[in-house]
Amino acid sequence: MFVRFFTAMGAVVVSFFIYLGEVVVLAGESLRSAVTHRMRWRLFMRQMVDIGLLSQLVVVITGGFTGAVFAAQTYFQFNKLGVASGVGAVVSAALFRELGPVLTGLMVTGRVGAAMSAEIGTMKVTEQIDALRALAVHPVDYLVVPRMLAMMVSMPLLVAECIFFGLIASYFVSVHILDISGPYYVANMVRWTLLRDIVMGLTKGFCFALLIVFISCHKGLTSREGAVGVGRATTEAVVNSSLAILIFNFFLTMFLNVIFPAGWQ
Amino acid sequence: MAVNGKAPMIAVRGLKKRIGAQEILRGVDISVGTGETLVIIGRSGGGKSVLLKNLIGLMQPNEGEIWIDGQNIIGLSERQLAGIRRKVGILFQAGALFDSMTVEENIAFPLREAGERDAHVIEQKIGEILEVIELDGQQKKMPVNLSGGMKKRVGLARAIINRPSCILYDEPTAGLDPVVSDSINRLIRRLQERFHVTSVVVTHDMKSAFHIGDHIAYLHEGRIYFYGTPEEIQASTDPLIQDFLIGRATLAD
Repeated sequence: MFVRFFTAMGAVVVSFFIYLGEVVVLAGESLRSAVTHRMRWRLFMRQMVDIGLLSQLVVVITGGFTGAVFAAQTYFQFNKLGVASGVGAVVSAALFRELGPVLTGLMVTGRVGAAMSAEIGTMKVTEQIDALRALAVHPVDYLVVPRMLAMMVSMPLLVAECIFFGLIASYFVSVHILDISGPYYVANMVRWTLLRDIVMGLTKGFCFALLIVFISCHKGLTSREGAVGVGRATTEAVVNSSLAILIFNFFLTMFLNVIFPAGWQ
Repeated sequence: MAVNGKAPMIAVRGLKKRIGAQEILRGVDISVGTGETLVIIGRSGGGKSVLLKNLIGLMQPNEGEIWIDGQNIIGLSERQLAGIRRKVGILFQAGALFDSMTVEENIAFPLREAGERDAHVIEQKIGEILEVIELDGQQKKMPVNLSGGMKKRVGLARAIINRPSCILYDEPTAGLDPVVSDSINRLIRRLQERFHVTSVVVTHDMKSAFHIGDHIAYLHEGRIYFYGTPEEIQASTDPLIQDFLIGRATLAD
């Protein structure tokens, strides 16, 4: 009974590490290929459109309403303490250090990660990946590298856009709806937002880009059994990428806080 | 095993392949001479497609050797296999066209990947090949708008545009009406005559096998059960062979 329990647990642990290993190998292969093989500019540009350009609306709405609601909630608490003008500082720090990168990461996972695993998974089950290989084209060079590079470039920009619209929305809510003094709001916000907060947010965005692209492409490349397999791969890609972002975010925060500590010191 | 005194283009020795617990290939030995056409027949699910995929490294066997043009491909990495794959084209069962590209882009894909940048040269080569596969005027269509037979012909065009010295066909006539089947058969014959390519054709269409094969191999229970010319297989009194031949004749496909 116990033996069977521990054997089953062991199998889960082993398969988890095999999975991690496969994703890391894919990441290594992709990074090596990006350096050593010629650049496919057309594919890169198409991915820039799909990933970067077309994700903007989602990211702007996410950032805007998060900034708005966060400003309102902070105001409700801070106003009782008589420090309502500090709302801008809190909203800005939160958006730069956490909300901007994490929410952008989750939204891009849903929009782009799902599309990546579904597209690559469909190519896999319809033998298009085998056709690529048979035509002497490495699937990583053709499918993963352009997506990886487009994500590396797009994600920090999308994070910045998300934060920017969050700040605009929070200003609008605070000043025009909640009657906080505009100049005080901006002055506090600028005073308490440091360059290292900005760097931290963009660094997180870059790291999440890599998590999303490798987890999603790996799920696509290993999907099986027709339409059901592609569906499962897509679901798993979104779930695994989202969880990876949330878990990795904690460790990244602890690590980056050593390099870029919060607030004045 | 030299065939007709010529050096073999493809030589397979003791090939074994398991998928899960199932033993698909149990020791296949076969060789194909340069410029020759070998047809592999056998029951559905008998491992014919698996054998073909092993020949081009899309699957790795558990045991055995595969020599392509004098080079053993077992144990080569994905990147090392690229050289072999430029010499060997494959036509997939369903065509395996890239569905995000037009017919023209699909056919031009191997050219562009081989580094051809001159739009004029690409256009001219596509024109030539469309004439060979009799699909002129369909360049701008997307694969989803093509019939099964057209997809196979485009898949074939894509496989042969870089003039491989060897072509593998996975069920080239399966699921096609007799007229289209015949046109595919004639196409395969024409490629043999015009470009002298070595061909391996996997099929269970006996009419096609007799029409295009120089030799026919019968894959049964993971081994080559019979190897001979079309005349020899027709003259064979082996009950298993007779069952297969007659079975195909009465079970129209």
